[in-house]
Amino acid sequence: MTELSSRHLLGLKGLNYDDISLVLDVASAFREVIERPIRTVPTLRGWTVANLFFESSTRTRISFELAEKRLSADVVNLSAPASSASKGETLKDTARNIEAMRIDAVVVRHAASGVPHFLADAVDCTVISAGDGQHEHPTQGLLDLYTLHEQLGDLEGKRIVIVGDVRHSRVARSGIWGMTTMGASVAVCAPPTLLPSDLDAFPVDVYNNVDEAIEGADVIYTLRIQLERQQGALFPSIREYMAMYGINRSRLERARPGCLIMHPGPINRGWELDGDVADDPQSVILPQVTNGVAVRMAVLYLTAGRGTSALQKIGEPRGLGSEI
Amino acid sequence: MSRLVLSGGRLIDPTQSLDDAVDIAIEDGVVAEIGKGLSGAETLDVTGLIVAPGFIDIHVHLREPGFEYKETIETATAAAVAGGFVGVVGMPNTNPPPDTAAAVRGLMKRAESASCRVFTMGTITKGRQGEELAEMGDLVDAGVVGFSDDGDPVNDAGVMRLALDYCTMFDRPVAVHAEDRSLSNSGHMHEGAVSAELGIPAIPSVASDVMAARDLLLAEYTGGRLHLMHMSTAGEVSLLSRSKADGIKTVSGETAPHYFTLTDQAVHSFDTNAKMSPPLRSQADVDAILEGLADGTIDAIATDHAPHASHEKDSEFAAAPFGIVGLETSVGISYDTLVHSGILTPSQLIEKMSCNPAVICRIDGGTLKPGSRADLTVIDPDRRWTVDPAKFRTKGRNTPFAGRELVGDAVMTIVGGEIRFDERG
Repeated sequence: MTELSSRHLLGLKGLNYDDISLVLDVASAFREVIERPIRTVPTLRGWTVANLFFESSTRTRISFELAEKRLSADVVNLSAPASSASKGETLKDTARNIEAMRIDAVVVRHAASGVPHFLADAVDCTVISAGDGQHEHPTQGLLDLYTLHEQLGDLEGKRIVIVGDVRHSRVARSGIWGMTTMGASVAVCAPPTLLPSDLDAFPVDVYNNVDEAIEGADVIYTLRIQLERQQGALFPSIREYMAMYGINRSRLERARPGCLIMHPGPINRGWELDGDVADDPQSVILPQVTNGVAVRMAVLYLTAGRGTSALQKIGEPRGLGSEI
Repeated sequence: MSRLVLSGGRLIDPTQSLDDAVDIAIEDGVVAEIGKGLSGAETLDVTGLIVAPGFIDIHVHLREPGFEYKETIETATAAAVAGGFVGVVGMPNTNPPPDTAAAVRGLMKRAESASCRVFTMGTITKGRQGEELAEMGDLVDAGVVGFSDDGDPVNDAGVMRLALDYCTMFDRPVAVHAEDRSLSNSGHMHEGAVSAELGIPAIPSVASDVMAARDLLLAEYTGGRLHLMHMSTAGEVSLLSRSKADGIKTVSGETAPHYFTLTDQAVHSFDTNAKMSPPLRSQADVDAILEGLADGTIDAIATDHAPHASHEKDSEFAAAPFGIVGLETSVGISYDTLVHSGILTPSQLIEKMSCNPAVICRIDGGTLKPGSRADLTVIDPDRRWTVDPAKFRTKGRNTPFAGRELVGDAVMTIVGGEIRFDERG
């Protein structure tokens, strides 16, 4: 199988086992590319990708930009304050204008759920979600799966515990869909106010007590305490959160020996995760970041590589491995 | 005006306990006679059709003055008569709001050439700010049929208590948008499985229930007349039912067709035509609304017709304004969902859309007793049609019912003896 079942990447809920496996396989090839002395391949030469980031982000945008450039695509960046959104232009008009400039793919991050879907209906080019509101962050989910697969092999039956503000987390949602699709057993752990209002919507076990939750876990995935997305104090204090949910060395003893520690970044060192745990060999937080570029290269290759543009591109997307 | 006879139809008038194959004659703008084999200068054939007292929609956003790009009195009332309504009650979130007699009189002047009767709520508070009572006495003088701050709740219980108290001398309902905003999470849809999955900030049903409970208790305490608008939750139905069972006679409630036909599942595709306030709820709430209609807890069906410009609704879900249109689909959906399925008899539906709305707002209508205004709605119970927003007379195209196939529709509307809409076919 050499094609994804959808030309856009809007979320992991819609991706099946084969789709995800394809992305991980292709990412594996690109993972090797980025370790070479010259980290670029001409695969998407002649393609233009616009990064539309309506929500502040440094690392995701840089990761996408690196992925795009390493595929030799031309890149344009648009961030919210500089965009016409502040001048009152509707999202639809912004999208249409960008399409009018003949863009092949749009990578979009927005504070409102459903924006990638809206754009996919509004424009002709490929749409890749870099995160929409609290809904999904599919490339994060995919790079997490790549990292898990790299470390643990087949995920069937592995126990993954997501700790933190699941309620407001698109990373958690994408993670839940992706991980369960690949056969893992997923649990979420948080105070009730930080869990989704309706847990029946998700195929997960639920815990409020982190010591119970991480008993025998293969992976602990900690989420950032998001002070900028939460409205109102949904937990009384950082102090209480740290005491009840912070992952520290002594807590870790309950997990399986060699339990992986993951985090989507940026870490609040000392809050959800103790510094020494974050720096531990069991922590794969930095590998997640490296893998992120390769996974995004794979996503771009598998989606943007087949736009509906009638123009003959200079340097048609070539097979992997062809270079200088 | 010469005598006009509607002949061959089934005349249903709950106010006269009438449901019979009789003719009705209207003359000089009033009902002249009801009987068999009537004759007149002009005869309209209504064979196979139901003739009812004119339907009145007591919850319509006319958008004029201030938001004429969304709708005007002209387009709203054209839509109203096409939907079978002889009268509409405008909501006060216009600019300026009807919080002074001058504003109300200005609105009434604009409505003089409307296709149907136009009434308006006055605001409960000055500027709908929820702080000080509007000059209710002056507003009553200017002709308001009730008071509402719709669009918004009255947050302060003390102010609501005052409004209900003060209003006891006016025999006008205080119509409330029951929502405790401190519970609403600045939400865009119902809090449930769909919002949890989509990660959309959500409004729990308890936000409406808490406020409905508060306002019902205040109505009981003060003896004031309270009307719960756009009921959407099982909780609201249960609370209103209990108030009535406790013998409180001054409370009433309305619901809209979308609350007994659609659930939050409609939001799954991020369709902004499924976004309104209060939001589409769960199946359990829909079932409760249907029961509430059947057992008489809910007195009226009103559309909460809320047109928006296409570009406003054609956006990401969070940015889209709340509201859908309803004037041209209400009778069809209500007849199809409630009467054809046996939940209500035609007579009961007519009570909910004509008689009770008239009583709630103290409007001289909702009846075809000889001598009363000749406001009539004629329904074809077997008319098969498909909802097509492109054919709407309202400016708004924001309906979740596009493409829906229905059986039953209003086919003729007579206002004050004049035929304002006729598609008997």
